[in-house]
Amino acid sequence: MSVLVYINSNGEKIAKNALEAVNYGKKIGEVTVVTNGKASDSSLAELGKYGASKVLIDRSFEGIDEQQVTRMVATAVESTGAETIIFSNDLVGKAVAPRLSVKINAGLVAGATAVPESNGTIAVNVFSGKAFGYVKVNTDKRIISLLPNSIQVEEVGGEASVEEFSGNAGESVITIKDTKMPEGDIPLPEAELVVSAGRGLKGPENWGIVEDLAKELGAATACSRPVADTGWRPHHEHVGQTGVAIRPNLYIAAGISGAIQHLAGVNGSKVIVVINTDEEAPFFKAADYGVVGDAFEVLPRLTEAVKKFKASN
Amino acid sequence: MKILVCISKAPETTTKIAFTDGDTKFDENGVKYIVNPYDEWYALVRGLELKEANGGTVTTVTVGTSEDDATIRKALAIGADDAVRIDAKAEDAYQVATEIANYAKKEGFDLVLLGKETIDYNGSQVGGMLAEHLDLPFISLASKLDVDGSTATLDKEIVGGVQTVETNLPLVVSCAKGMAEQRIPNMRGIMAARSKPLKVVEASNPNKNTSFEKYALPAPKSEVKLIDPEDMDQLVELLHNEAKVI
Ligand SMILES: Cc1cc2nc3c(=O)[nH]c(=O)nc-3n(C[C@H](O)[C@H](O)[C@H](O)COP(=O)(O)OP(=O)(O)OC[C@H]3O[C@@H](n4cnc5c(N)ncnc54)[C@H](O)[C@@H]3O)c2cc1C
Repeated sequence: MSVLVYINSNGEKIAKNALEAVNYGKKIGEVTVVTNGKASDSSLAELGKYGASKVLIDRSFEGIDEQQVTRMVATAVESTGAETIIFSNDLVGKAVAPRLSVKINAGLVAGATAVPESNGTIAVNVFSGKAFGYVKVNTDKRIISLLPNSIQVEEVGGEASVEEFSGNAGESVITIKDTKMPEGDIPLPEAELVVSAGRGLKGPENWGIVEDLAKELGAATACSRPVADTGWRPHHEHVGQTGVAIRPNLYIAAGISGAIQHLAGVNGSKVIVVINTDEEAPFFKAADYGVVGDAFEVLPRLTEAVKKFKASN
Repeated sequence: MKILVCISKAPETTTKIAFTDGDTKFDENGVKYIVNPYDEWYALVRGLELKEANGGTVTTVTVGTSEDDATIRKALAIGADDAVRIDAKAEDAYQVATEIANYAKKEGFDLVLLGKETIDYNGSQVGGMLAEHLDLPFISLASKLDVDGSTATLDKEIVGGVQTVETNLPLVVSCAKGMAEQRIPNMRGIMAARSKPLKVVEASNPNKNTSFEKYALPAPKSEVKLIDPEDMDQLVELLHNEAKVI
């Protein structure tokens, strides 16, 4: 089966979730990648390692304007005859995949967490991570957008051929005025390790101990909703049912009670560590490891232990 | 300015999720519905603020059955001028987007707002599909929206940061946190909502491109392993050797 995978190659390096999408495509069929911008031929040829046979690159435009990317991918669908089109369900995928779905009349499975089942249905998270649903696509072509961190990236092949491509992307009607990228922060949705804290930390002036641990681990920081709502932390750190949904390998939660709306956004994490003074806190039921103790003592102690571990490994 | 806000219902956030009919249907028994928080807190309230500042109208649109009327009235109580319900059970994002697009094409709107996703199916699909149907730009995950004449300026989330963009109306925008503050309807709003127009229009019944065949609940977590708060070396050791995450 012919599979087309769109990746965003506009960043400094090709992101892990793009490699996941290529890998995922390879599990379904013969993969052609389509992308745009100015990534070097050699970095694109590397996608062969992750399962791409061919890479089409449109060098006539840069960036991730959703209308331009939609037109380009639609042109590539036509020229490759692909029956399955794959995106990462990241911010670009969320804007482009639905547009493409209408443009080429292909059913969209948004946020797939696994390869298609033998009956053709595809698993997605529903009810904010409280359950799974199995989606059937009723059109000839299908679009799958893969939830980041759902599959393990593997090296499966060699080099891909790279071809210049004209995707008829047209003009952008959106002008970018300003881009703010906070220095040194690890973007939360992609982070493999996350340290998070809640109201138990008492006030924004106490976040130093959270940041210290995050820095030592190379983790991103997150928080509960009331913490973001009261302005202790920025909105983009708010995780949960009405914030960001994340699924890191490790989620460390300090001073968070574990309300159902909070759990909904984090229970896809592989391993959960909970630090709370109250042994009855509901979060312990969702945790793999629990520490009943005061975050003000436990967090610095954990930071020290990580330091020691790093020094001896 | 003519503003359209897409409103859907969603199960109240503490709902215990269960399935019936051999795990093929969401068990609605005893489920309380609310207005999807992203639609209500961010899209609707920002629509009202823009109307208050610039004049115009705020209409809500919902694809749903008469069972949705209570949640639609809640949106009217918060301040929408009128509401439209397209009379069909919402089962697929493509179906919903196509119905709304057919209605919006007829009426013509300057701005279409919706929440960044629903908290039940979490698809984030309707906004982009709607924009493609209407051949309009789509700004997804916007946390700020200002309108000056026919120009819109928005902040949108990008990987690792925030981007400020400018484009012309008409426009479709999916709204995320930061866009506005939740408004609690007051008594007057609730009374007024009863007499505001809720128009029911006939569905055009497009195809459903996807269907949910089955559901499953995640496997229950095994018992938590408690670690001595004095001994964080042990926790690090377990995270390294047992959980293999660091
Ligand atoms: C519609 C709706 C949507 C919502 N969406 C979200 C969402 O997306 N995300 C979200 O997070 N919440 C959400 N909530 C709010 C949620 O219900 C909880 O109120 C919130 O998660 C609680 O935050 P918290 O755990 O930080 O605070 P609290 O519930 O106040 O818990 C603080 C915890 O800290 C512990 N603690 C206190 N001192 C210490 C100490 N020194 N050391 C260690 N532990 C300590 C306490 O024992 C307690 O367990 C939503 C609510 C509603 C109604």
